[in-house]
Amino acid sequence: MTRKFTASVAVALVVGVIGFDLAASPPNPYVAPPMLALGSGQVAAGGFCGALPD
Amino acid sequence: MAQSQIDTAAPVGAGFALKRGGLLLAAVAFILFVTLFAGARYGLLLSIGLGFGITLEGLRFGFAGPWRAMILRRDPAGILAQLLAIGLVTVVALPLLAAHPGELVGAQAPVGWAMIGGAFVFGTAMQVVLGCGSGTLVNAGSGNPIGLLALPFFAIGSFAGAYNLIWWTDLGALPIITFNGGTGVAITLVLLAAVAVLLLRFAPPENRNIPPRYIFAALLLAALALGNLVIAGQPWGVVYGLGLWVAKGVSAMGGDLTASAFWAAPSTMERVQSSVLTDYTSLTDFGIIAGAFGVAAWRRGGLDQPLPKLPAKAWMATVVAGFLLGYSSRLAFGCNVGAFFSGISTGSLHGWVWFVAAFAGAYYGIKLRPMLGLEARK
Repeated sequence: MTRKFTASVAVALVVGVIGFDLAASPPNPYVAPPMLALGSGQVAAGGFCGALPD
Repeated sequence: MAQSQIDTAAPVGAGFALKRGGLLLAAVAFILFVTLFAGARYGLLLSIGLGFGITLEGLRFGFAGPWRAMILRRDPAGILAQLLAIGLVTVVALPLLAAHPGELVGAQAPVGWAMIGGAFVFGTAMQVVLGCGSGTLVNAGSGNPIGLLALPFFAIGSFAGAYNLIWWTDLGALPIITFNGGTGVAITLVLLAAVAVLLLRFAPPENRNIPPRYIFAALLLAALALGNLVIAGQPWGVVYGLGLWVAKGVSAMGGDLTASAFWAAPSTMERVQSSVLTDYTSLTDFGIIAGAFGVAAWRRGGLDQPLPKLPAKAWMATVVAGFLLGYSSRLAFGCNVGAFFSGISTGSLHGWVWFVAAFAGAYYGIKLRPMLGLEARK
């Protein structure tokens, strides 16, 4: 067995997470934020490992 | 490195060119898919993540390996490149943060007991599996079975660490301390230079140069990290996304997250219920795995290496270390990327404390690795 197998499993994992999530929480492109946060005038609100929840 | 030298010299057949064309098409299709179904910002973030993955795997640049090289061989080249990248980001990021408060936020977190302990444990576990936050994603994407096995447990650990995070921070933490604006740039650059001088003093003369590929990698990583900040409004991070995937899974299976002060917070719950394609760290994490896969598949024979034969205790150690990587990095407010790279480059004192604690942990992790059977059999 070579790395072809393990690398394929990793890609399948990504596809699986996205596929599972698409079924549960489909995105809505019509409520997407501006392309860039810089200059958008909107407060940054993404999840980050350094941030405690509000 | 020898692998990539063979790569460029070897003739490329029609089948191989077709495969490479397929890889490029798949990358473009992935970006278009996210752009169309989620939005342009998210498509751009995925592109940044692919760039991270391609840079890290393509130039064989990481965090755990260079720390190991410094501790074992007094070879500081990789860490010097890390410091260079951090310095480059600092020079642009701190003035941007000062000029655009609110729109842009730094990776700024409090120093505390759990944070220091978490960084130490992370440094140890990182050397056991030879992969940090981004390194585990790169390793998994390029077919390293240790990285692949560690990844799901990393994600579970990240979820669990966040679940208990508030309890841990209540043990004691300072207010968030940051170096801001022009003064912040000066302080950070002086500290980075001081670390570089210290590393060079420990290094023998033959190790006191940085290979060009490391400098190239540092330049690319700095550009991508700044792109991440400008597009997402927040710096490059890794572990939040991994924990979020597990939280979404737990929630979808009817699990109750309300007992956790972290996951039950309204802002966090909103992210659990939103599409993973609109979460910045998830997108860059997907991109890192896919980018590393693309580079490994692009190389001639890049995925043909046989999997290593390791004893059972090595696989068990990988599972435990993977969980600890996730758990400890949430307590430490980030991994090498979120705390060390992004923390320092956006002026947070916790990034510096993280560096010291994790480096101390790495020293012991290196000693543990052969004891756990993780050095491949000759």
